[in-house]
Amino acid sequence: MSTEPLATFESSLTEIGVELLRTTAEEFESTLAPRLDEPAVGTPLPFEGVGLPDAVETDPTVADLEAARTGVTAAGYGIADYGSVVVQGGHAGEEPVSLYADEHVAVVAASDVLPDMDAAFDRLAADVREGAGRAVIATGPSATADMGALVKGAHGPMEVTVVLLEDA
Amino acid sequence: MSVDDRRRKAERIRHLLDTEGDSVHENTRVFNEGRYESVAKLDDYESLKDEARSIKEDAIERLPELLDHLTETVEANGGTVYVADDAADANRYVSEVVDGRNVVKSKSMTSEEIEVNDALEANGAEVWETDLAEFVLQIAEEAPSHIVAPAIHKSREEIADLFNEVFDPDEPLETAEELTRFAREYLGEKILDAEVGMTGANFVTADTGTLALVTSEGNARKCVQATDTHVAVAGVEKVVPSVEDLQPFVELIGRSGTGQDITSYLSLLTPPGDSPTFGGDGSDPLDDRDLGPGDDREFHLVLIDNGRMEMREDDDLRETLYCIRCSACANSCANFQHVGGHAFGGETYSGGIATGWEAGVHGQDSAAEFNDLCTGCSRCVNQCPVKIDIPWINTVVRDRINRGKDGDLDFLVEGLTPDEEPGGVDLRKRLFGNFDALARLGSAFAPLSNRVARTDVARSVMERTLGVDSRRELPEFERESLVEWFETRGSRVAPEEARRRVALYPDAYTNYVRTERGKAAVRVLEALDVHVDVPAAGESGRAPLSQGMVATARSNAEAVYEALSPAVAAGRDVVVIEPSDLAMFHREYERLLPEDEYTALKEDSYEVMEYVYGLLENGASVDVLADGNGERIAYHSHCQQRTLDLEPYTLAVLEDCGFDVATSEVECCGMAGSFGYKSEYYELSVDVGEALVDQFTTDDTADRTVVASGTSCLEQLDALLARRPTHPVRLLDGR
Repeated sequence: MSTEPLATFESSLTEIGVELLRTTAEEFESTLAPRLDEPAVGTPLPFEGVGLPDAVETDPTVADLEAARTGVTAAGYGIADYGSVVVQGGHAGEEPVSLYADEHVAVVAASDVLPDMDAAFDRLAADVREGAGRAVIATGPSATADMGALVKGAHGPMEVTVVLLEDA
Repeated sequence: MSVDDRRRKAERIRHLLDTEGDSVHENTRVFNEGRYESVAKLDDYESLKDEARSIKEDAIERLPELLDHLTETVEANGGTVYVADDAADANRYVSEVVDGRNVVKSKSMTSEEIEVNDALEANGAEVWETDLAEFVLQIAEEAPSHIVAPAIHKSREEIADLFNEVFDPDEPLETAEELTRFAREYLGEKILDAEVGMTGANFVTADTGTLALVTSEGNARKCVQATDTHVAVAGVEKVVPSVEDLQPFVELIGRSGTGQDITSYLSLLTPPGDSPTFGGDGSDPLDDRDLGPGDDREFHLVLIDNGRMEMREDDDLRETLYCIRCSACANSCANFQHVGGHAFGGETYSGGIATGWEAGVHGQDSAAEFNDLCTGCSRCVNQCPVKIDIPWINTVVRDRINRGKDGDLDFLVEGLTPDEEPGGVDLRKRLFGNFDALARLGSAFAPLSNRVARTDVARSVMERTLGVDSRRELPEFERESLVEWFETRGSRVAPEEARRRVALYPDAYTNYVRTERGKAAVRVLEALDVHVDVPAAGESGRAPLSQGMVATARSNAEAVYEALSPAVAAGRDVVVIEPSDLAMFHREYERLLPEDEYTALKEDSYEVMEYVYGLLENGASVDVLADGNGERIAYHSHCQQRTLDLEPYTLAVLEDCGFDVATSEVECCGMAGSFGYKSEYYELSVDVGEALVDQFTTDDTADRTVVASGTSCLEQLDALLARRPTHPVRLLDGR
């Protein structure tokens, strides 16, 4: 993977007000810890050698979700041009965890950052055909202008942070 | 339309201008500017639009086959598909599925079309709109005024007042942030209590049964996630063949609509899926219930026909089915920007494309309510991400409305008017549609005709019988037409010594009313060593077309082609002064003339300032033209001229001649041919024009000479400004 999509990814994220944290599998927990406002909920991460701290509830109740300040999930891939992350919602609850907390922390592997929407749809189409029931191309926090001015944080998260695993 | 009908319509428009106009204007302006900025970042904007268009063309062509395929796919995935013939059929099915349970909904215009909430509530269900704008409207008991931002007509203050009155919170709500938090919490509880989640779908893929939902708030995601029964309602036209086909739409829809590169969420749902639910059953929402397994999710896809399959068979309405409901046509429309969708809309849909939707799903009467508000300015044409010719759809539906339900021919009236329309056509439409004949008579009897037309008696009769607003000045006809003047004068450049040879097209206004700009054009071209001829070609068809008189427009087009074809055949260029007539040659003639004739005329015709630019670029000397000498100009380009991307030529030539030019950003003057003369639309027309006046009365522009290319723009500016505006070619004329 060339560094170009990563640089584009970072500048796209900056443009939409999303912070990018670069880290490695080994450094993951220490990178995440200061970002983890509790209570926190999460879903298991599929990256080798990467786990969630104990403080993260991975089997949340409805009330846990409602109360969560941080929700940590993996993102299947990133889209550099747009600063988007693709959250695949399966039985572990990626969809509610990424949706209910005040802040969504999306963890993505550097090797999964794709340059553009064309490349993303090639992957999305393949995933859907393999049975991925739910994928959200999420770009920045939820937002609305329906109340007379732009507000970040409508029904979904007010803030999004992307953690990039540079060695994954 | 009777005098009373016109008065009622004028009152309604005035009321909306006063109550909703400011909010709508502010918001649509942000969307419109956002779109320009956002699409400018795309390297391949035009090819994405072509791609999107061809996917829709193919999908609608193969629709029955795709619907079968989609049904098989969804059923194989474990969901059900119901194709509903009409609203009643859809509502019956959805009511059975819901069976009185609590429903949370995300925004869906199609669900507005079938009015499913009423049907569900009648069956005992509680239904909550969770999109914040739809929630506001549900509380206010109002209808959407915009297809993407349905509460665009309400200001923050009005929403705060509404919430404070209805919910009586401990602390009165004030800011957008407070209102949003309140609604989120309020609706959050409704979502926890709900058992059925209802959404629309922006696209549905036949190959995988995937719904694409384009959203920003996250409410659609919650409605589907929390409940175990998902009902999606979508028009049959939303089907595309495959997942890969979604890509151009995903890149275009947010940019085209609200001017965002992409919205916060683009959900691809391939139901049922196995994402856990909240298993809500109306018990205490704050209990410690675990997430329910997603294994028992139930999915119903309700596809609505409701007239769409007939639209598919209709050569003129078919394009409407390509619409992805992005709202670009509404946001780019001057009339919409000023009055909003409560005037510029039918039973459900609003904006330019609404004429097609309303005519197709609710019938012609619903379209007839607002169809006149499309002036054919064509500003929407380049904005539509699937390249729908929206003005044409408006024209065709207007033609059908003119002809009435039975299309009766009144042979007496038929014999007395020179047009090709049946007897039922409104008298005022015939007046404006036959402007050429009117102008010919007015010119023949000038100046007497002008004096008579100006009398109070005449104006009062015109207002009462024809609805021509007496606050407007009427055009004054010249006794000697441009063609007559030129016949007497003759050409001053010998053909064999000429740099180029042209036929100057004498549009009806230049020929009979504003002959000075025609004479100036002749002199300017001759100064640049061009041999000019002014053939007696009639009105282009623009006037009847704007009244929806398509047959008359076609016969005018044929006559114009016959008059100009000898010049075209002899290799001469056709030069056009009036942008709206050049736009006829370049756009509408494609639908009115045989292809070879259309192409020949289009390829050889130019706007006069564009032509001067070309001459200067090819060696002609600017020194023979008048020296601007730093004169300060405020220039307003015509709407159709902008659509054809011709503004830069006028600007370049004026600057080349030494003028100091400021340009207007307002894209439409609001006059739009006959529109501003019509008594029920006079105030809207002036409201639109005032935005232009504001730009031409700033510190920088107030002392500038006002220049405009279009006849209508000149009339509007003349009426609204103290300075008398002029056509740019007159500035170049040394005389």
